[in-house]
Amino acid sequence: MVKGEGLALIEVKNLHKTYKSIAAVSDLSFSVDSGEFFGFLGPNGAGKTTTIKILATLVRPTSGTVTLNGYDVVRQATDVRRSIGMVFQDPSLDERLTAVENMELHGMLYGMQRGLMKAEITKLLELVDLGDRRNDMVRSFSGGMKRRLEIARGLLHQPPVLFLDEPTVGLDPQTRKHIWDYISEVRKSRGATIFLTTHYMEEAEGCHRVGIIDHGRLVAIDTPSALKKSAVKDVLTLRTSDPAVAVAIIRDELGIEPDLDGETITLTAPDDGESYLARLVALIPGITAIGVNRPTLEDVFLKLTGRDIRDEPVSALDRMRTRHRSVSRRGKH
Amino acid sequence: MLKPFCVCVYVIWLREIRKFARERTRLFAMLGQPLLYLLIMGQGLRAIFSIDIPGFDYLSFMYPGIIGMTILFTAMFASVSIIWDREFGVLKEVLVAPVPRSAIAVGKALGGSTTAVIQGTILLLLAPFVGISLTLVAVLQLIPLMFLLAFAITSLGVLVAARTETMEGFHMIMNFIIMPLFMLSGAFFPIGSAPEWMQPLMKANPVAYGVDAFRNIFFAGSEVLDFIVYYPLYYDVLVLVAFSTVTVLLGMQAFRKVD
Repeated sequence: MVKGEGLALIEVKNLHKTYKSIAAVSDLSFSVDSGEFFGFLGPNGAGKTTTIKILATLVRPTSGTVTLNGYDVVRQATDVRRSIGMVFQDPSLDERLTAVENMELHGMLYGMQRGLMKAEITKLLELVDLGDRRNDMVRSFSGGMKRRLEIARGLLHQPPVLFLDEPTVGLDPQTRKHIWDYISEVRKSRGATIFLTTHYMEEAEGCHRVGIIDHGRLVAIDTPSALKKSAVKDVLTLRTSDPAVAVAIIRDELGIEPDLDGETITLTAPDDGESYLARLVALIPGITAIGVNRPTLEDVFLKLTGRDIRDEPVSALDRMRTRHRSVSRRGKH
Repeated sequence: MLKPFCVCVYVIWLREIRKFARERTRLFAMLGQPLLYLLIMGQGLRAIFSIDIPGFDYLSFMYPGIIGMTILFTAMFASVSIIWDREFGVLKEVLVAPVPRSAIAVGKALGGSTTAVIQGTILLLLAPFVGISLTLVAVLQLIPLMFLLAFAITSLGVLVAARTETMEGFHMIMNFIIMPLFMLSGAFFPIGSAPEWMQPLMKANPVAYGVDAFRNIFFAGSEVLDFIVYYPLYYDVLVLVAFSTVTVLLGMQAFRKVD
């Protein structure tokens, strides 16, 4: 997985972070390439936010080295900060200012030249479909609109890396999809490297590479399809008029031991499940139904950590956040 | 290093001023309290405090104290709004920007001072009603003095807020900092006439020097000046400058450690 040294935009080596003898992150090592869309997947409290905070210079590592855009996060914090755009888990907009004012204050903080800043603000607000609301108070924005504005703001100073910490947490499914469309739009048009944390499996599916983190440790890192291949096999399900015959045929012809449950036969494919479909149809007479179950990242996570990601109790803060956002939302997107 | 610092100070200041300009209700709400003090407390206590000094009027004695009070409250509220900023995440945006964090403390203190001076200046319009005639020169002297007091208070507020994590802490600040500062400021009674044990507390209070400085200007050339003021003007200014310098430096230091 290690790429050429010059290509890595983020380089994390043996990173540890301990809070009062509790390890939030232990021995984390990975790298993210320029232009990559990288997802950090894990349950709440796995260490995702701690990692992102260390990368963004908000938290100092206990040990280990982290370089971003060639700068060390401890010794060259200001250079690192200039190289990143950040969308925090909780909203960080000034609600009593307008969309443009929020953008302008950001541009000024990053020392942008005025003409460039104005042009970029107009362009970015158009990109996230907020062009016609530019002079409205952020207070009147829906949860989804605020997120979009934060994404636009994070990109304003043209950073090489954009961090998105749980960008869709607390938003309803429709708004989540919207935000997601905007993120891929942003990625295509700006070509920025995106580092994302999420505990939604569907969101991680779209990444180039995914790192799975659990209890502060990196348990796997690869492309979503490779992760699925390595961790879990495809499962085929079929129904026939004579299950007993079918079981015998599968055992003899394919050398696989199938499971029979009532009328339904299930078998685990040793490799690509789809290639077995045609063979099974040809071998077994009277098939009434057949299907292949491809594993999801959810299955990968379950296999690697022994737990379902959805089993994680939702924290009180998360619940509050969801409530707060649904109250402040007024059916707008 | 200096340019990002100044830019950050300016951005934080600009934010405060824009929001203040937009919320005119806050401006009027803040004027209600001093008016109540002047109308009710001032008029009520006027009868008791009838000291036999020609030219002394309790209402005009209390008036500079009420200006000091307004600046104390406005400045303190403005600076502890950092707690809100942190609660609502606004501060994080600045913490992750390539600017020195200590600049947040200075920007916040300057922003709060500016709004406090605007409030104080509006209160100067009441001077004729309490029997004080103000010259333009006096107003021009009062504005920088008000700013000096406001900056001392906002610096203190920023320092306290940097160490306060929650909203609950805000009420502690209210009860254990603002009220004692107000009551021991000499707004209602002169330092010289306070009991022995109370005088050191009043002398340790920056607001008392602000109020004393205002009185130095208001009553300049009046025969009651010696009775009303406690320190010469230069001494008040010196104490306020020293106090502001120390607290703002401590506030900047505190913000370097905020995460």
